[in-house]
Amino acid sequence: MTTAISVKDLGKKYRIGAAQTKFKYGMLREVLVDAAMTPVRIYKALTGKGARGTTNTASFWALKDVTFDVEEGKVLGIIGRNGAGKSTLLKILSRVTEPTLGTVSVRGRVGSLLEVGTGFHPELTGRENIFMNGAILGMKNAEIESKFDEIVDFSEVSQFIDTPVKRYSSGMYLRLAFAVAAHLEPEILVVDEVLAVGDAEFQRKCLGKMGDVAQQGRTVLFVSHNMSAIMRLTQEAIVLNKGQLIMRAPTQEAVDFYLSSGQAQAGERLWDGEDVPASSAPFRPISLKVKNRSGKVIDTVRSIEPVTVEFEYQLDASITGLRVGFYLSTMRGEFVLTSFDTDAPELFEKFDSRKSGRYVSRAEIPADIFNEGRYSLGVNASSFGVRRYFMDENALAFNVDISGAPGMQWGEPRVGPVRPRLSWKIEKIG
Amino acid sequence: MTELIKHEPTTIYIKPPKGFAALNLRDLWIYRELVFFMIWRDIKVRYKQTMLGALWAIIQPVLTMLVFNFLFTRGVIKVQSDGIPYPIFSYTGLLPWGLFVAALNSASRSLTSNHNMITKIYFPRLILPIASVLGGLVDFVIAFIVLIGMMVYFKVSPAWNVLWTLPLFLILAIVTALGVSLWLAAINVQYRDVNYALPFLTQFWLFITPVIYSSAGFSEKMQLAYSLNPMAGVVNGFRWALLGSGNGPDTSLWVSVTISFLILFGGLFYFRNMEKTFADTI
Repeated sequence: MTTAISVKDLGKKYRIGAAQTKFKYGMLREVLVDAAMTPVRIYKALTGKGARGTTNTASFWALKDVTFDVEEGKVLGIIGRNGAGKSTLLKILSRVTEPTLGTVSVRGRVGSLLEVGTGFHPELTGRENIFMNGAILGMKNAEIESKFDEIVDFSEVSQFIDTPVKRYSSGMYLRLAFAVAAHLEPEILVVDEVLAVGDAEFQRKCLGKMGDVAQQGRTVLFVSHNMSAIMRLTQEAIVLNKGQLIMRAPTQEAVDFYLSSGQAQAGERLWDGEDVPASSAPFRPISLKVKNRSGKVIDTVRSIEPVTVEFEYQLDASITGLRVGFYLSTMRGEFVLTSFDTDAPELFEKFDSRKSGRYVSRAEIPADIFNEGRYSLGVNASSFGVRRYFMDENALAFNVDISGAPGMQWGEPRVGPVRPRLSWKIEKIG
Repeated sequence: MTELIKHEPTTIYIKPPKGFAALNLRDLWIYRELVFFMIWRDIKVRYKQTMLGALWAIIQPVLTMLVFNFLFTRGVIKVQSDGIPYPIFSYTGLLPWGLFVAALNSASRSLTSNHNMITKIYFPRLILPIASVLGGLVDFVIAFIVLIGMMVYFKVSPAWNVLWTLPLFLILAIVTALGVSLWLAAINVQYRDVNYALPFLTQFWLFITPVIYSSAGFSEKMQLAYSLNPMAGVVNGFRWALLGSGNGPDTSLWVSVTISFLILFGGLFYFRNMEKTFADTI
């Protein structure tokens, strides 16, 4: 086997320069001070200091000491939280940005689905954009021509192929964009979360296409938060955490590890300042806990007992239309349920707008819901149709012990994410 | 499915940037089709949803010429025109000047306006300013047709050597425009001041370039000082090639050519050196 990608001691440092926070509040005083400092800044820029220098700018390592190889024809999953360095890694591999340390050798053309539709121009027709986009992605004109019909077929927009794409619906636009990228046929395909968009049918098609690509012996790097997609498409995965590669294992093992690690403590997830993106303000999550009947934080839940999910958060300003809730999903990424704290009309009336302060939203999940295995809790705080303040789809994971659950007399595992105690009646009617 | 391109995959090494980056013109060659696509896209889109369309390519230089002609015939501006009818004299200057200004305007913004491409995919970044500069040639050709009409009207006929001298001066104009554009585009990624400085820069540059006046009457020292501005060499060269005015190629032209290529090579190296941080700073 030949090595398609070889990454050695890769590191990427970003500066969190003052430029980013400049005029954050648009204060006149700041603007004036800044103007007065201009000669100094020009001097620094000309002498190569300042923005490119290291003085008074904080920096952080988006990637550090990452080393791994990928053999040709392998499909490697990359998992990790937001900010773990996944996108930075893909950006370096696709040569968008250059590393600070380390080396990468890549054998063959890298096709990136970092962002489909890059270079699409709204005024150009679908046909013109296919050629344009193909060229940007590194395809030769002859190559695009030979695949043109296939691309149009795949995108399902053949009727509108000579219409400017500014008249397309967002779904059509996306399908066309993905179709071009999917037909690129690079030796190495890099996919980042493109499947998060599009309707279910199209997503299925995309996953199928990715599967084909892998079948043809190409190397695929697949980044996703969707654990079921990761498990379906990859045999092996690496886990990134705070810029470092902390595990490489068969996908099942890596997913298990990912879902159970990273969480601060068993049955409990605490957020400190640096985990919370600035965009969440004024919402600030504090903790998420899974508790048993007696109020104890637990890592393993008994399916025959009710479980309390407790989400504590701080509002730094009042929010109107806020709803706070959780997703429950299996570790394969299948959703089991979604619930919000203002689902009930009376609570909706009372807590639709909340003043600043500290709150706890608490929900009881009744007994006899869970099946055996491991579940993931995600949290969401949003104003419907307005804004999503905070979301963490894998905030916490817990185990379920099913001793005493219905049907335990048979030792077999039961399929399905829930195992409710249904009231059966059996009558002899003849 | 036909496999048109069967090639043994080449291995690319990605390393941290060190010192001055090599020009890496090989990559530019591999992506040459993209240059044409970008030019084509710019041209297709340029006059979309305008009423007059490509007529703008003519309207701009012609109106400018008419305004200057008005000022000239009324005696508001008193300048030399080497005994050539002023309309055709100024128009011949405005042609390469227009090409230059349009190139600077679009190329200096070419990186920032395509930032989504830069932050998402790899391609030689040089393609963007190059395509912007070359895209201006279409407008130039359209405006040139008017010049031919004017030459017929004023009964001015160029010497036969215009067939090779004019293209050479056109190349010099492009080299100059590209050189300056590379600097501006790369600086613009980090310092958007370029957007504000550019109108001033081009206006100032117009005054020190013999577009609407002739530098023929200047002293020899002045002539040489003038040739430090490569656009002076371009404009004088255009007039010499098309109208036969001036002395033709002399020392000052070679000074212009040298400066022009120095700007270009400096720009190329500066651009390549800044290129690696484009995606992070844009």
